[in-house]
Amino acid sequence: MTSPYKLDDDSVIVVIGTGAGGGTLANELAQKGIDVVALEAGGRHLPGDYINDEWASFGQLAWTDMRTTSGSWRVAKDFGNLPAWIVKAVGGSTTHWAGASLRIQDHEFRAKSTYGEIDGASLLDWPITLKDLEPYYDKAEDKMGVTRTNGIPGLPGNNNFKVMKAGADKLGYKNCHTGNMAINSQPRDDRASCQQLGFCFQGCKMGAKWSTAYTEIPLGEATGHLEVREHAHVLKIEHDDQGNVSGVLYADKDGNQQLQKARAVCVAGNSIESPRLLLNSASSMFPDGLGNSSGQVGKNYMRHMTGSVYAVFDKPVNMYRGTTMAGIITDESRHDTSRGFAGGYEMETLALGVPFMAAFLNPGAWGREFTAAMDMYENMAGMWLVGEDMPQESNAVSLSDAKDQHGMPVANVHFDDHPNDLAMRKHAYQQGAAVYDAVGATQTYPTPPYPSTHNLGTNRMSANAADGVVNKFGQSHDIKNLFISDGSQFTTGAAENPTLTIVTLAIRQADYIAQQMNEKAI
Amino acid sequence: MTVNIVSMPAPALTRRQLLKRSLAVSAGLVVGSGFLAGSSGAWAVEVKALTPATMATLVQMARDIYPHDRFEDALYAAALKGHDENAAKDDALKAMLEDGVAALNKSAEAAGNDSYLATGWEIDRLALLKEIESTEFFQTIRGGLVVGLYNQPAVWDKLGYEGSSFEKGGYINRGFSDITWL
Repeated sequence: MTSPYKLDDDSVIVVIGTGAGGGTLANELAQKGIDVVALEAGGRHLPGDYINDEWASFGQLAWTDMRTTSGSWRVAKDFGNLPAWIVKAVGGSTTHWAGASLRIQDHEFRAKSTYGEIDGASLLDWPITLKDLEPYYDKAEDKMGVTRTNGIPGLPGNNNFKVMKAGADKLGYKNCHTGNMAINSQPRDDRASCQQLGFCFQGCKMGAKWSTAYTEIPLGEATGHLEVREHAHVLKIEHDDQGNVSGVLYADKDGNQQLQKARAVCVAGNSIESPRLLLNSASSMFPDGLGNSSGQVGKNYMRHMTGSVYAVFDKPVNMYRGTTMAGIITDESRHDTSRGFAGGYEMETLALGVPFMAAFLNPGAWGREFTAAMDMYENMAGMWLVGEDMPQESNAVSLSDAKDQHGMPVANVHFDDHPNDLAMRKHAYQQGAAVYDAVGATQTYPTPPYPSTHNLGTNRMSANAADGVVNKFGQSHDIKNLFISDGSQFTTGAAENPTLTIVTLAIRQADYIAQQMNEKAI
Repeated sequence: MTVNIVSMPAPALTRRQLLKRSLAVSAGLVVGSGFLAGSSGAWAVEVKALTPATMATLVQMARDIYPHDRFEDALYAAALKGHDENAAKDDALKAMLEDGVAALNKSAEAAGNDSYLATGWEIDRLALLKEIESTEFFQTIRGGLVVGLYNQPAVWDKLGYEGSSFEKGGYINRGFSDITWL
């Protein structure tokens, strides 16, 4: 059969979400001749539509449906209904991601074995190793055109990188470069090279940055085996009497409910929506939600230890010019408990424009200390600190009392920092400031975490069915034709930006699903 | 959200004409019937719901919350214009803003000054603002300024932020790596 598919066609694989996980998986399946219906809650925006204006772009792309928050994290206080900054559009958050594409390190896949028991942390080893993933990382890097792989040169350093590099050198850091970026440093795959627009987070108007919106999705559609339904907001996954999933109920663009039958369902709605969907799909057979016999659905929510350091100099930097995140120091990403915490963190260049700097530098602050910083905007450099946070069972996505526009309970995101997260952030702030102090910063600002962009772990992968939600292929421990295909399957967070690994797991999962279909296992 | 200042009728009022039409002058601001203007005559903003005197106090309050000495009052007035527009459709908001300003003037009087605007030093005005920092009134004004003030292209210019570059071919030939002082 070829696209489009009928609602009662129960031979199709339904993929929910079209971001890094769902978009990649949908294309990989379609390339194998497998029929796929991808349901996307948002609309389709392409480079010509992207708006290089921070608030206007936020209005165009961000997922702003109601969510609630709880816990002691500062985001709950400053942005109570915006726990995460992610995208609602075809391409999902690959539209606004920065492009940093790092492999998870070998020891990070064995977090529990490496770090040992840590009080309050629900650490676990992944049921897969770096060696298992290497061939798929190779494929993902080639697919995404990651710089410094496959003979692709690094991006040129912008002003913000040059400040970081000079500071890193003075401080004695050994590994500082313009990153492994899924942004074309030269034309590749019919996509242009980076023109240093400075709006990576607003959708790359050059199409130089890899996004499923204009790579995987149209490639999949061109096979005739992928139908993407836009403005299809999934409400529930349904199952049959045997307990296998049988279809997906969604609200279409007019708000009418539709039921798409399915041979298998792959959930890739990001680590907040994916567990919410499983919980909202509770039935008499599965009163705690689908795939939740372990009680782990929604638990172990991770968001990375994050923070930023902005520094002011006596001369202009103009950090906003050029690629937002093409600059990294990897020296602190090792596991070395002499620093007072387990795991490590990356230091990556980051710039915000004036509108977002005002909103995020120190939310709620006012007076001359705040405006003195804003007045020096032109002379600012900035970096993002991103490291492994400890999984904690009490950090969780659960169903809130509040309802969304379709009458479904919204997600509540509860988060408290673990002492290990706090110790790591303190160290990262100090080192970030030291990088800039080494080249003459007159002020440094330890800037608190933004609403989460890396949402992980809420349907985690585990060897043992009691410890997690899915097996090493992202397949539900409970329901064989239900898959998790996004970052919620991460067992632990590792220090690295997660998109490359999400794509890698999706490529691997597509092979597995094809094999399971051949074997008539699903 | 970009707020446009109502432009003055052309030719712009002279300072003398402005003063003739005005009801009160304070802190570089001219308060007239239904409008607030800079005493230089360079800009004016019409008020629909709030009194011009209230708007004048809000402009000073906005400057005290986010003080940028290089920003002219017009930028603060533009950032506040939305409150006036919303107050025209929302009596409760209008009452909150008028009452908030009245309370601020009252506490200024209690501190020995004629009004908030007549309180000469920023540090003394800040003391009055600190007292109301947790009120809905203060947070409405402060919260609105985060977007209302800093999302104005005129403010970006002042702070040295060039914004969108796509239409100019990006920053690749426009200084993305032009730093020389390192």
